[in-house]
Amino acid sequence: MTAPEGRKLRLIVLALVAGGLVLPILAGLWETTRAAFGILPAIGAVEWSLDSWRRLFALPGFGTSLTLTLWTGFASTALALALAVGFAAVMYDRFGLKGGARLLTPFLATPHAALAIGLAFLIAPSGWIARMISPWATGWDLPPDVATVNDPLGLALIFGLLVKEVPFFLLVILAALSQLPVRRHLSAGRALGYGRGVVWIKVILPQLYPLIRLPVYVVLSFALSVVDMAIILGRSNPPVLSVAVTRWFLAADTTLILPASAAALLQSGVVIAGIAAWFGAERLCARLGRIWIRRGGRGVSAEPGLMAAGGAVLILMALGALALVSLLIWSLAWRWSFPNALPESWSLKAWMQPAGGWGMALNNTIVIGGATTLLSVALAVAWLEGEDRARLPRAGWAEALIYLPLLVPQIAFLYGLNVTFLRAGLSGGMVTVIWAQALFVFPYVMIALSDPWRALDPRLVRAAAALGAGPVRRLVAVKLPILLRPLMTAAAIGFAVSVAQYLPTLFMGSGRIATLTTEAVTLSSGSDRRVTGVYAVLQAVLPFAAYLAALALPGFLHRHRAGLQGDAG
Amino acid sequence: MRLPLLAALATGIALPALANSWDDTVAAAKGQTVYWNAWGGDERTNDFIAWASGQLEAEYGITIQQVKLTDTAEAVTRVIAEKAAGQTEGGSVDMIWINGANFLSMKQQGLLLGPFLSDLPNAKYLDLSEGSAAVVDFTIATEGYESPWRLAKFVLTYDSARVAEPPKSMAALLDWSTASPGRFTHPAVSNFMGATFLKQALIELTPDASVLQGEATDEAFETATAPLWAWYDELRPTLWREGSTFPENESILQQMLNDGEVDFAMAFDPAAAAAAVERGLLPETVRSYAPEGGSIGNISFVAIPFNAANKEGAMVVANFLLDPATQAKAQDITVLGSYSVLDPAKLDDAARAAFAALPSSPALPTNEELGRTLNEPHPSWMTRIAEEWARRYTE
Repeated sequence: MTAPEGRKLRLIVLALVAGGLVLPILAGLWETTRAAFGILPAIGAVEWSLDSWRRLFALPGFGTSLTLTLWTGFASTALALALAVGFAAVMYDRFGLKGGARLLTPFLATPHAALAIGLAFLIAPSGWIARMISPWATGWDLPPDVATVNDPLGLALIFGLLVKEVPFFLLVILAALSQLPVRRHLSAGRALGYGRGVVWIKVILPQLYPLIRLPVYVVLSFALSVVDMAIILGRSNPPVLSVAVTRWFLAADTTLILPASAAALLQSGVVIAGIAAWFGAERLCARLGRIWIRRGGRGVSAEPGLMAAGGAVLILMALGALALVSLLIWSLAWRWSFPNALPESWSLKAWMQPAGGWGMALNNTIVIGGATTLLSVALAVAWLEGEDRARLPRAGWAEALIYLPLLVPQIAFLYGLNVTFLRAGLSGGMVTVIWAQALFVFPYVMIALSDPWRALDPRLVRAAAALGAGPVRRLVAVKLPILLRPLMTAAAIGFAVSVAQYLPTLFMGSGRIATLTTEAVTLSSGSDRRVTGVYAVLQAVLPFAAYLAALALPGFLHRHRAGLQGDAG
Repeated sequence: MRLPLLAALATGIALPALANSWDDTVAAAKGQTVYWNAWGGDERTNDFIAWASGQLEAEYGITIQQVKLTDTAEAVTRVIAEKAAGQTEGGSVDMIWINGANFLSMKQQGLLLGPFLSDLPNAKYLDLSEGSAAVVDFTIATEGYESPWRLAKFVLTYDSARVAEPPKSMAALLDWSTASPGRFTHPAVSNFMGATFLKQALIELTPDASVLQGEATDEAFETATAPLWAWYDELRPTLWREGSTFPENESILQQMLNDGEVDFAMAFDPAAAAAAVERGLLPETVRSYAPEGGSIGNISFVAIPFNAANKEGAMVVANFLLDPATQAKAQDITVLGSYSVLDPAKLDDAARAAFAALPSSPALPTNEELGRTLNEPHPSWMTRIAEEWARRYTE
């Protein structure tokens, strides 16, 4: 009875995903590819040629940009992974999974741009840390001429990425650990005389890694193609490839769009090759690791390394928190000059003019975030319900489809997608921005919702069916209420992802749609940290408020349902 | 009357100078929202545009929606993307704050509406004679495809509490920076302000500055810029971070002056420092001045893309910006502090009195301190200098 209906639902969902998510990406890639090989009629380029590639390779600083991209991308991902694993190993016994996840929320919720703006001020030679220890400890009456931000090696960018990626890895690791019998492994390993750290590396990590492989690739792809954070923290001349591509796309010399498109394609190539190289390194580590494990060394030597990783993560978190606090202080300051640890004078002026400035941006951000999240959650529920009705596990290709938008670099298809949308008569506006953002929000919602959805006790649904409830009623009256908490969490994650989107909003909104993120990034290249502070604070607070609502609402609605008070699902 | 007019506007055909065509434009503009694409890095300018929107709404029923750009080229790219998609009307960009290379690029590709300047009633306050600053943009004749709105002039800003005697020429600047390494820098040369700094140096150092008014041919470029690169090779190692990296734009440079990371900032607006003091963004001890041989100056314009959705509204906005009352408001140091583009000789007594009554500030340079205004070189020089600089100094 349910089979035909289930098939219909699945077909609808598949059509929506194919037409709404996959097609735009392919169309965007197609337009970018055409331009990369010389076809962009708008600027009179109508012949296939390799000129744009030649121009790209000849652009000053191209080689440095590419090297810098690879270095910052790989270094930050590898380091973030190592730190997160180390921290999880050290902290696993000390606090529960739930407490850990809650501690991480502020960092996950804070958009990259806001965090980067705060960190840039925190670690600058004239920044907050320098101000706190000057001149009494350092003797600096004027800031020293050292490159702590926008440094040539991209260390500040790697640092910024770490603050953002370590919490993400931790959350993923905590979720994966709940699927492993960690405690039994630990006691078995220790009974056999292995040190605690060694059990983590030799026993638990090999089982953990396959569970977090896809998120690792997502982080690697992101780190290789990040734009907003790299603008604020990265080297400026030349910048990493993704920033260079963005600049070339927007340069006064419009013929640069051709090499920019070539570079955008190359950016995808870098990500694909990067993931392939990472995959190869995984194999190598597995082979070498197996030899190492077979040798059976029991040592406790891993312990100090894990402790150091744990300590480093705590320092990262503290600096991240300090960065956010500095944004709030700036938004309330009037004059704050070096080397004062706190502003000399305070003012609410930056907050007092919502009308022309942050009011509109806040409004747009909420509307776009709300619409994008609603769409994505609805689609995700439809997808999962379709799977339920078909009683089929998810195919590999379907999983890949979900991850596709997260693995393809945004810059590679956004310009092309813009041209496609314009040709279809969808000019820059709310609709295209919401659509483009949904490409990136939907995967996260889907990832967040899948596991709790599948973990739902099937007996409840069967009982409802036995009592005569049809498929729709089973969904609305049984599944959705029980899954309210994970649904809200997925929605909060989706909302946070939407708030943080920079390139899709910039390219698809024709710059007309100002959100907190686009404004904050623009203002970060201005002279007024106080106004930037207001935008960044709002940008950080908004997703956090969504998370709080996601926690509070189910608790309130289910206040008379003791069985649903915990982490249902 | 209305329909043919709209049709003419929609196809981008130049309008005949009909007696009542302006009234028709004003009537058609009523209720429109003009998307003005303007660099958004300066809060004063953003506030001024918001103020103008309020005035226009009250008087003409038009509102301005500022599209804040980090770089003017973003708007150019957008119009190109729209043209690529065959969108010849209802475009998303109604008006652009534009200058030099961007203007040249759009004009050459036929992306601009016009000529429209002579249709604006307030154009009568401008000096429209051939070669006047109001009709020449970086040596390119504007031919009515853009309308002036503010005057810009290169100045250096320093903190008088830290620097007693600022260098008055580019040669003296090299000596000063050699004596105080790491305390001077300029914005990245890919940025307008950074390129302007190099152009200012070029005009001072080149053997024959008149060559710069023509196109930069290979040969002319080589001879004219040789002293510039020799000077810069010496200056660069003395710069902040040894010239390995540069602030993105003048706003960041101003923030660095405020933070004490460097001792100089620069601006293309003589009142920028005074206004920043007013807003608590620079210490009260900063002063601005121009190099003693004079400094580069030019006028900023607004242009309307060929496919703008709200052309009539954009024209009314352009006209409003030329109103003597608007120009006096813009020159007010507490508002925008940008100097008027109007010809003083064409103003009536009331308008002149309004300009005379504007407030002053210690950080505001006097006319003597501002000195002579030097002509912008042909845009090809800026493009080539930026390219050559990137080739020489990008690792």
